[in-house]
Amino acid sequence: MSNATPKTMYEKLWQTHLVEEKAGETPLLYVDRHLIHEVTSPQAFANLRFHNRQVRHPERTIATMDHNISTRSIKIDAAGEGAANQLRALEKNCKEFGIQLFGMGHKNQGIAHVMGPELGLTLPGTIIVCGDSHTATHGAFGALAFGIGTSEVEHVFATQTLRQNKAKTMKIQVNGHVGAGISAKDIILAIIGKTGSAGATGYVVEYCGEAIEALSMEERMTVCNMSIEFGAKAGLIAPDQTTFDYVKGKEYAPKGEVFEQAVIDWKNLRSDADAVFDTVITLEAKDIKAQVTWGTNPGQVVSVDGSVPSPDNFSDPVEQESCKQALEYMDLKAGTKITDIQVNKVFIGSCTNSRIEDLRAAASIVQRYQGQKVVANVDAIIVPGSYRVKEQAEKEGLDKVFTDAGFEWRLPGCSMCLGMNDDVLGAGDRCASTSNRNFEGRQGRGSRTHLVSPEMAAAAAITGHFVDLNA
Amino acid sequence: MEKFNTHTGLVVPLDIANVDTDQIIPKQFLQKTERVGFGVHLFHERRYLDHEGTQVNPDFVMNKPEYKDASILLARENFGCGSSREHAPWAIEEYGFKVIIAPSFADIFYGNCINIGILPIQLTEAEVEELFQLAPNAQLTLKVDLPNNKVSCVLADNSVKEYAFSLSEFQQYSLENGVDSVGWTLNKLDKIKAFEEQMPAWQ
Ligand code: SF4
Repeated sequence: MSNATPKTMYEKLWQTHLVEEKAGETPLLYVDRHLIHEVTSPQAFANLRFHNRQVRHPERTIATMDHNISTRSIKIDAAGEGAANQLRALEKNCKEFGIQLFGMGHKNQGIAHVMGPELGLTLPGTIIVCGDSHTATHGAFGALAFGIGTSEVEHVFATQTLRQNKAKTMKIQVNGHVGAGISAKDIILAIIGKTGSAGATGYVVEYCGEAIEALSMEERMTVCNMSIEFGAKAGLIAPDQTTFDYVKGKEYAPKGEVFEQAVIDWKNLRSDADAVFDTVITLEAKDIKAQVTWGTNPGQVVSVDGSVPSPDNFSDPVEQESCKQALEYMDLKAGTKITDIQVNKVFIGSCTNSRIEDLRAAASIVQRYQGQKVVANVDAIIVPGSYRVKEQAEKEGLDKVFTDAGFEWRLPGCSMCLGMNDDVLGAGDRCASTSNRNFEGRQGRGSRTHLVSPEMAAAAAITGHFVDLNA
Repeated sequence: MEKFNTHTGLVVPLDIANVDTDQIIPKQFLQKTERVGFGVHLFHERRYLDHEGTQVNPDFVMNKPEYKDASILLARENFGCGSSREHAPWAIEEYGFKVIIAPSFADIFYGNCINIGILPIQLTEAEVEELFQLAPNAQLTLKVDLPNNKVSCVLADNSVKEYAFSLSEFQQYSLENGVDSVGWTLNKLDKIKAFEEQMPAWQ
């Protein structure tokens, strides 16, 4: 080992998955785990059938229903005919190709990026892909995880591999510790605010530093989840004891001696001390405040104690124009204090913030307002990320905390994060949302999204506006 | 996949940065299990004034009659960001675009384009800006020459302006030859099997 070139975690993951690297061809990587859902898989299955090809390792693929489902009913046709068609197609395809499916009402059903980790399907040192850009979530375990298109889904089905050009590497170091009440969502929004919404295009990002190491697994997932929101191919966090403790004993995780051997291998994954990254970005955790997006991409974000910027605050003409268009779409005036922005919808859910710790955090804020209820003109829904999360929350009585305060407690799914079911915002609705995209029309045509943490969303529901909880 | 060699076509300028795949094809059109029927919904929210898509927005550049036959989309930075949905390039292709030119593309979108036979061309900010200056009033026709990695146009004074671009070697080969990438990899099954044999038990 002595004179081997120091490597980043990404390079180690790359090398341990390299099936073939040949001049003139894009390198071929092995895929350990493939998660699929109803929206981006049907055409891949159709192509397999057309070419008379098989799924090479059906046991390495797991299917769930998440994007298109109703959060009010477990009936497969509850979200309309189009959705039902896709869901039934998934059932049929999984059956035909021998793939395990967590369908409607299954105890393991959930948003792919919530379900995978909680079942132990997500392991350090693996490559995990899914036809969904938030696959980066699984990078929290030290897995190289990224979203793929449907042609690639087909490629994984047939070959259990993918062709990938090597990405550049970026280290994002968050020094020190965040202040009380600052969440993982605030950390990642602050990072995106610093880099801009395309700041990591072409890179695989590794998050490190004390503030990252101090995070729980669920918080790390929140951070990695939004890697794509500043263009990164994937986000990684080095696996440590927190990771091993989380994985141990999970349903699909290795057991006994195999687990012990795995931990030995996983400990070698972290980037070597003197590994060289193409880019390094450093943040001081103590400077990070609660974040609220004001615009139409996640990089358009400020601290809750700040105000809406003006196009003049930007020097780059493209950014100026983006700011102008965003203010118009969001119906905001430059200089408005963030805490003066009124919302009429609140969504707590999505693969970014729908795990048990997120729901606990939101519930604790609701309790802080001691008996106060969701303000009259606001509709607030809570959508747990999976049936397991839902069950745990109900065991802890969190559902009662929410419903007593006037929130709606829904069934798991992607829900209002993208609004493929009936959980859509209307034109002009303004939503405090714990999801990951504030794009124009993302939650409904003409709707306005402000991305925040579960704590901030809960407070906005009770008060009707954004609140600086640390003021 | 169709082979891509050269293409000459009219350029439509879409002067918006950070165009995400939600804008390219909104979620309400993702409920299909087939690969067709996306083109009419391309840029739905911009192209139509109403949610149902019955009223065409006359101000949206692609709706202007002079751009009806455009086959090259000129875009700004970070084109195709956001969701990994391949439905976005499917919609672009079905509408009739063969080439997209931008100063930068989101990674997943870029790969998806190559995989379905659309050519994404990355030029510098300055070059793209120059093309935006030339593009109004449907004045810009570009000749795209993939084998020689060149884009060119004839200027008003009859001089020829050329821009060079590059792709990774295999992506270029795949586009030019219409490679079936799954079939290509299936020819390597021995390599894949050998890899699987040496994997640790936990993997
Ligand atoms: S919750 Fe939202 S971001 Fe996450 S997988 Fe579902 S639609 Fe995608």
